Amino acid sequence: MSPLFEARRISYAYPAGPIVVRDVSLEVAPASMTAVIGANGSGKSTLIRMLAGLLRPAAGEILLQGRPLAQWEPRLRAREIAYMPQATATAFPFPVMDVVLSGRAPHIPSFHLEDARDRGIAMEALDSVGAAHLAGRCVTELSAGERQMVTLARALAQQPRVLLLDEPSSALDLKHRADLMRALARLREARGLSIVMITHDLQLTGSLFDRILALRCGAVTAAGSPDEVLRGELLAEIYDEPNVRARRIGDQTLVWIEA
Amino acid sequence: MSAKAGLAPAPLRTRLGRALALLTAVLAVALAVALRVGRQHVDFSALLSDPFSRTLFFRLRLPRVLMGVIAGASLSLSGAALQALFRNPLADPFTLGVTGGGILGASMALALGWSALVFGVPLVFLASFAGALAAVWVVRIIARTGAMMLPGALLLSGVVVNLVSAAAVLTIQYVADPNAALRILRWMIGSLDVVGMTPVWQMLVPLAPAWIALLAFARPLHLIAIDEDTAATLGINVQRCETAVHLLCALVVGITVSIGGAIGFVGLIVPHAVRLLFGEDLRIVLPGSLLLGAAFLVLADALARTALSTGELPVGALTGLLGGPTFLWLLRRRRQYGVI
Repeated sequence: MSPLFEARRISYAYPAGPIVVRDVSLEVAPASMTAVIGANGSGKSTLIRMLAGLLRPAAGEILLQGRPLAQWEPRLRAREIAYMPQATATAFPFPVMDVVLSGRAPHIPSFHLEDARDRGIAMEALDSVGAAHLAGRCVTELSAGERQMVTLARALAQQPRVLLLDEPSSALDLKHRADLMRALARLREARGLSIVMITHDLQLTGSLFDRILALRCGAVTAAGSPDEVLRGELLAEIYDEPNVRARRIGDQTLVWIEA
Repeated sequence: MSAKAGLAPAPLRTRLGRALALLTAVLAVALAVALRVGRQHVDFSALLSDPFSRTLFFRLRLPRVLMGVIAGASLSLSGAALQALFRNPLADPFTLGVTGGGILGASMALALGWSALVFGVPLVFLASFAGALAAVWVVRIIARTGAMMLPGALLLSGVVVNLVSAAAVLTIQYVADPNAALRILRWMIGSLDVVGMTPVWQMLVPLAPAWIALLAFARPLHLIAIDEDTAATLGINVQRCETAVHLLCALVVGITVSIGGAIGFVGLIVPHAVRLLFGEDLRIVLPGSLLLGAAFLVLADALARTALSTGELPVGALTGLLGGPTFLWLLRRRRQYGVI
């Protein structure tokens, strides 16, 4: 039985540039939560863009349900995998509801329009990230945090099995960060959603994720449970910052920089 | 803009139906008006009895109005598609230099001989299409760095393509014999003056399928307009869509330009009017622009035909006078649009 979603020793280099992802392997089980951590420029976003099918690995392969990702028909693949980019810039004042509804596209046959059911799913997705009040606003007038909620709602409206998130909480306030984590935990319980999430929020990582993948200069430096990875000496190496300290308290991790 | 805060917009089906019904009615009224007015007023009841009215109507008035429909629909539809594709509200066949490229191609063909046919297709169509395609290609290469489309570079390269092609056209006019030079000059100003139905059919044969093909890209273009990156993860083959829309827009604009000359800014004014009325959804903006574009140019041409008591005003001059200020107004409103 092949795993739901896996990357086998994938690498990537931008044209005429250095290698940014080197030999990374990753296995995503159903209903699992994986965090990808690492310093800025360590190749996290490139990795997740490869997993989303936006970049083709220079070496290695990505398998979705045992079949190479590139062989999937794009629409069928879009029903399995949703991707939330780090930031979006929309040039036109689209209503929030239209943006969230666009997540339904892979489920709607060609030359058909969204129906009441799709609108229901989109509204529910907005509600689940605590952004139902934004439904009638225009995306161009939202704050960065509000836009993140809308983009996440769009990915959820896609009803995928695997959700790829690139720093979904970077612009969120404390409450919406909590909303986000609760929504993800709930979806994992209810629908068996698997989540791969890039984050700099190590506190969050310690309490919710089953697995952490740490990248440094494009290569995996550590992979394992939060207990195994969130240790002071490992974090010092991952972030190239000797004064990082970490302590596990129950299922929480406290991370701080010693002055 | 189209939706009040806290209130989700009505379902697309309702909005689409409403928009198409209203704009079809607008087009019908525009046609009725434009077919009647002119320096010779046509009385519809006299068409059966009076041979002069009949000749005037079927040889001059009807073809001219239909040219307005064809050119207006083509320019507006491709304007709306290019705006979505480049995610730039100021993009249009004119501002992106596509018209300029088409004019250069057509001028070459005109200098060589207006009536040449290649496999039954007017040479001027092919030359104009090739010029428009080259312009799109240049603009696309310059504006794109990696995955980013630079909005400023996009419009600037459009301006430069227009300038270069204008210089090249001047050179052609200078070198060509005086008759050809004059023909190029008259055609370039932008006029829908045709005699008989032949040019109408010649244009409709390639254009109608191209319109339908562009309309078929409404959903991919809608998703790309929202966000190019996520469109690719929503099952859209972005590259294939881009290439197809570029080709179709170059074809549509090239052929329109080869007959109508430089009718500027229609592709900018009309899609924005549709957006203001019916919202941003490309599945409404594309067919809406087709209908409103036809109505707009037919009416603009009727105005151009009747505005002066001494003669006719070229419709291209009129749309330019309307379009320039529209462009500036959009530029001033850029805060509302995320990126320009």
